[in-house]
Amino acid sequence: MTSQTNAENNIIIQAQDLSIYYSSFRAVKNVLLNIERYKITAIIGPSGCGKSTVLRAFNRMNDFIHGTHIDGRILYHGQDIYAPDVDPVQVRQMIGMVFQKPNPFPKSIYENIAWGARINGYKGNMDDLVESTLQSAALWDEVKNDLKKSALALSGGQQQRLCIARALAVKPEIILMDEPCSALDPIATLKIEDLMRELSVKYTIIIVTHNMQQAARASDYTAFFTMDEDRAGLMVEYGDTSQIFTRPHDKRTEDYITGRFG
Amino acid sequence: MNSNPYGDAFESSQRKAILSQRHRTGKIWQVFFLSSTVIGLIALVALLLTVLDKSFSYVVIEYKVDPATLANKPLVELSNAELVNLLETNLSKNRFRTLDRANTLTTRSHEDLLNLVYENVVEPRALASYSMSQWIFDNPRIRAEVADKYPQAKLEFRAWISGSFLIDPLSGNPLQAGVRTALLGSLYLILITIVVAFPVGVGSAIYLEEYADKTKWYNRIIQTNIDNLAGVPSIVYGIIGLAIFVRTLAPLTSGAFFGNEDGNGRTILSAGLTMALLILPVLIINSQEAIRAVPNSLRQASYGLGGTKWQTIWNHVLPYALPGILTGTILAISRAIGETAPLIIVGAATFITSDPTGPFSKFTALPIQIYNWTTRPQEVYRNIAAAAILILMITLLSLNATAILLRNRFSRRHA
Repeated sequence: MTSQTNAENNIIIQAQDLSIYYSSFRAVKNVLLNIERYKITAIIGPSGCGKSTVLRAFNRMNDFIHGTHIDGRILYHGQDIYAPDVDPVQVRQMIGMVFQKPNPFPKSIYENIAWGARINGYKGNMDDLVESTLQSAALWDEVKNDLKKSALALSGGQQQRLCIARALAVKPEIILMDEPCSALDPIATLKIEDLMRELSVKYTIIIVTHNMQQAARASDYTAFFTMDEDRAGLMVEYGDTSQIFTRPHDKRTEDYITGRFG
Repeated sequence: MNSNPYGDAFESSQRKAILSQRHRTGKIWQVFFLSSTVIGLIALVALLLTVLDKSFSYVVIEYKVDPATLANKPLVELSNAELVNLLETNLSKNRFRTLDRANTLTTRSHEDLLNLVYENVVEPRALASYSMSQWIFDNPRIRAEVADKYPQAKLEFRAWISGSFLIDPLSGNPLQAGVRTALLGSLYLILITIVVAFPVGVGSAIYLEEYADKTKWYNRIIQTNIDNLAGVPSIVYGIIGLAIFVRTLAPLTSGAFFGNEDGNGRTILSAGLTMALLILPVLIINSQEAIRAVPNSLRQASYGLGGTKWQTIWNHVLPYALPGILTGTILAISRAIGETAPLIIVGAATFITSDPTGPFSKFTALPIQIYNWTTRPQEVYRNIAAAAILILMITLLSLNATAILLRNRFSRRHA
């Protein structure tokens, strides 16, 4: 238990008694989740248990869904990101996001990366930034001669890595990934997983996935969500990935990971 | 017993019967769709043929003085001095002096002098006109009729749609009339309409799609009203234009506010504003449709990178929606350029020979001229109306072609 204080100092974002509502429907209730810096945290669970909803709450992407509101707090470096004086735009710059379906802008590869940097006031050399972020996303070698080509001409896996590179260009601290591999083939999936591992040296990653092998392979911590009889999502168990997959404390977790449920 | 309701074997007669019935139904519908298209096509071809038929005709012309007797070579080949001389010898002293005083004859252009000779000396009059189809199918009877009824007159072939028809100003004499005044009026009108309606229409569409909370009752009322306004008859817009732009805002629309002396609000500006009002609902609805078609994932990508709402709209939503917005604009403009009723109400002049010089000019437009000419009883007016219709259609086509080229440019850039 000596590592606990150490871990607490390393908490970058935490959900405290977080409940999320779509109008009057409580989609997620009483989540308590501490995310450690420079680690990969996976959120797993059956469909409709509110995994994505929780993930999107971390950078206020739920704000765009009409009637969404939260109870409880989300603290980023101890600062409540839902406090009235916090600008969600700033939250999203520090907490980037990669979506389920690759969604590059219908512009050139170069412009896909440059846009986010430019609007956030990046003043440095844009060519250097494009190169370094594409290298971080393990895409540079594949596209270095086609930077002016449309991003839509890339394959699905390349597009998703471009979306990761695009997020990196804004210099976030945390990257949220919402089932980033669900539209990709196994080889592209492995590439993304390797990439996540490399990125976790400098970034904190939270990933929602349907794929339990992926969570087991790629993450340091795993949170298991399920839903109760009111269809409200709740967190059942959270711990080291190895512990969750080998010695789950909760019966529901065990049933899910062994395939008896979900 | 047979347990499979579709028949036993792959080749069973029961399966075949059901299948052929399904194919037959499909065939019947296909024929129906094809005939709809063919009916439309026939109507279109009939329209074009009628217009073309009337644009070329044999016309019976009577001259007060036969141009052949005026000089020993065609009038066009005469020099300026010879033309002035012609005018002097053939006109009364008073008339000649009046013309000279209006604009010194010796300094006038050759074209101008030629027109004067035609108008004042030759004075051609169209007595009758026979369209190409009449001429071809009824030739002997027409020749006999002309020889019998108009022994003095000449029968001449005339292509009404021609370069000079395009560049000549309006004239009281259909033989010399052109559509320049009306064409310029129409183009000016469309320009004002686009300049006003495009930003306002696209702006409203952006507000309604991206900002307005659709669950609020007042936004729903606005939306319903816009949808309804698209179906309001154009004459009603004319009445609104008359009340607001021509009358109430006369100091602005007449240009009096900007130092223009004539305080009459029946200007090209009033008409342009009225047209803008008329096409706004269509433009807004089409632009909304285009904006709605922008995938949400694009907006999310932008927000996810820390884009503000405005940056998301300006950099991603609008470029993506622009081809669709331009298509909607093309449709709206096509409607505006052919509109006649609101222009009549707003007070387009039916006869005006001076080109529009600015937004505060009095004006006429192509559809007004066409309408005006078709109400005349003489056959020649139908010929120039037909030619004007062709000019209107060509104008419309070229405007649309421009917009389509523009649209393709934008869609290529973002594909």
